[in-house]
Amino acid sequence: MSTGTPQGGAAESQHHAADVLDEAHKESRFATLQRKWDGLPRWQQWIALLVVAAFLYCMPFLNPPLLKTTATDFPVACAEMARYALIALGLNVVVGQAGLLDLGYVGFFAVGSYVAALWTSPDSTLVHLPYLWSLPLAMVVTVFFGILLGIPTLRLRGDYLAIVTLGFGEIIRLLATLIPPLKGQQGFQNIGRPPGTDSAGKALFLNTNGTAWYMLTVTVIIVVMLLLGNLERSRVGRAWNAIREDEDAAEIMGVPTFKFKLYAFGIGAAIGGLTGAITAGQIGFVNNQGFNVQTSMLFLTAVILGGAGNRFGAVIGGVMVAYIPLRFTGIAEYKYLIFGVLLVIMMIFRPQGLFGARQHLLALGRTVNARVAAMRGAVPPATGTKETI
Amino acid sequence: VHSILANDQWISLDWVTLRQTFWPTTFNGLTFGAIYALVALGYTLVYGVLNLINFAHSEVFISGAYAVVFTLSALGFGPSAPDLSPALIAFDLILAGLAGMAAAAMVAFLLERIAYRPLRARGAPRLVFLITAIGASFTIQGIFFKWRGANPEPAVIMFQDKPLFQFGSTQIYLRQFIIVLAALIMMIGVDQLIRRTKIGRGIRSVAQDPDTATLMGVDKERIIILTFVLGGALAGAGALFYVMQVPSGVMYTGGFILGIKAFTAAVLGGIGNVRGALLGGLLLGLIGNYGAILFGNAQWTDVVCFVVLVLVLMVRPNGILGTNLGKVRA
Repeated sequence: MSTGTPQGGAAESQHHAADVLDEAHKESRFATLQRKWDGLPRWQQWIALLVVAAFLYCMPFLNPPLLKTTATDFPVACAEMARYALIALGLNVVVGQAGLLDLGYVGFFAVGSYVAALWTSPDSTLVHLPYLWSLPLAMVVTVFFGILLGIPTLRLRGDYLAIVTLGFGEIIRLLATLIPPLKGQQGFQNIGRPPGTDSAGKALFLNTNGTAWYMLTVTVIIVVMLLLGNLERSRVGRAWNAIREDEDAAEIMGVPTFKFKLYAFGIGAAIGGLTGAITAGQIGFVNNQGFNVQTSMLFLTAVILGGAGNRFGAVIGGVMVAYIPLRFTGIAEYKYLIFGVLLVIMMIFRPQGLFGARQHLLALGRTVNARVAAMRGAVPPATGTKETI
Repeated sequence: VHSILANDQWISLDWVTLRQTFWPTTFNGLTFGAIYALVALGYTLVYGVLNLINFAHSEVFISGAYAVVFTLSALGFGPSAPDLSPALIAFDLILAGLAGMAAAAMVAFLLERIAYRPLRARGAPRLVFLITAIGASFTIQGIFFKWRGANPEPAVIMFQDKPLFQFGSTQIYLRQFIIVLAALIMMIGVDQLIRRTKIGRGIRSVAQDPDTATLMGVDKERIIILTFVLGGALAGAGALFYVMQVPSGVMYTGGFILGIKAFTAAVLGGIGNVRGALLGGLLLGLIGNYGAILFGNAQWTDVVCFVVLVLVLMVRPNGILGTNLGKVRA
């Protein structure tokens, strides 16, 4: 990936440089917001986040008049949005952080779903586990699959990787159809659910009870976001950023790129598998349908739309991708067309997504970052504004 | 502890059937391979010139296939073989083929103009091109879905397929003969076009070094457009043969699977290499068809092809013939 422009002439690259500078000066509304947010003291940020989290937990009870979905029960819709947000978070590690275009992400999602199905559904002849145990198991198994796919393919350049992962996703889907014990279209019924009953003695995590599943998923999202945030600020996150910006340069600077790409793949796979298992639990049924490339594309759209490399952006993108077809059922049928067009337009006009990855000095932390931000008004930035994704 | 491994059979291998049907499978595989090769050329040419995997090429192909089906339906072809003189059928088929080539070339042209050119003007990073290509691919799929619905187009039979001659104890059908022969002629034509003509020299020079080519007076943008159009036209021709081979295989997702296989063929032979595309296509056609018979289900073809892709990239990422377009000697 050393040559970002396979066909850039000298004149063109100058033109490009001018463009980049332009873009650095031209600030979008979101970037201003982001700047303001970065300027807040740490404790204020935490309080704001706690308020947001509390608000999110209340979401299914609020049932906001304009926002609510008419065709689907709103809590169930919320649970679906949360699942998309979670999977977008996972894919964001691979695509956004490490810059590896994974088009077969649905494969990991499928593996996670099937793990939950095989170990909790009465239709399976395997030994049965309590549902909650199937979540970590799903993560372990998908990490294994992630590494299995990653070791041969992560040596490849970006575009080859994209097509190989695409193939992987299809292989998983086809194997679910072709291998008899995976039961093809017949699938697995009555997948387990977390324990717990409400005051009336009914099971809490019924398939129709979106609220319980939503709460569970949001909790998982918060935990995953905290962990990923730490990872992002650590050596691993810096290595990912370096690989995303220029893999050759990263390698020369001593970053073991293969190892860190494999980490990204493994972590992304684990989150994908986890989401798959949660989805299987909520729907209560898994068969070979719905694990197609189109679904992978939806996940990718979520990440790109929100802003690859920014985990808050990914969550928002995931919510949007799930929400739009649920809310506007008239256009739900055309969602692939709409999201396809959206991808093309975004790539032409705003490749960094709604909330782009933030470029900052990761190693030195917030204080230096603030100082640099203050200096920015006086001195135009020389480097570090290269657009990402 | 129960095990699913012990209870059911996961995969069964049917060597007996494979041995019994070896030669028919081989010829069928070569027929499919010829189609893969024609589509693979589109990937290879664009990759050679732009270093870009044009994901949306599969949709260029399926646009051609739709055009072929529409033209043939308009000419009165239907689910049973037409009762016409051979010359008239040949004329109609050529007409349908030209329509398919024109439609696919048009889609490829628009794709380059609308989706890729703005990015190239901006010097966007590689990943942006890839995501655009995927977006474009899904856009075209979405358009066909909206327009033609989720079901395949009704089958169009072009002619009464009959055994043409005998090879050992295996009969070779007219359809197989036409497809392989026509595809071979086209591939040789493209190969010669690239090696001998002025356009070919332009393509090779841009593939080698776009900057120097521009300095030497080659119009880079024109060459890029030409490459897309040429790849599109070949995919359109491939579409005619695809409809001939799989009469009811034209649906909105139909391009995707064939596209991946064609791409695999291009990589197998060496991406950016025109002769490699032919070799890779034929080989992949054979491997896929043997796999389908061996595992006992046509869907295994896809799995086998993907596995081949991964293996090739692991062991020999430059493919079998592994040169690039720029290094072709005239």
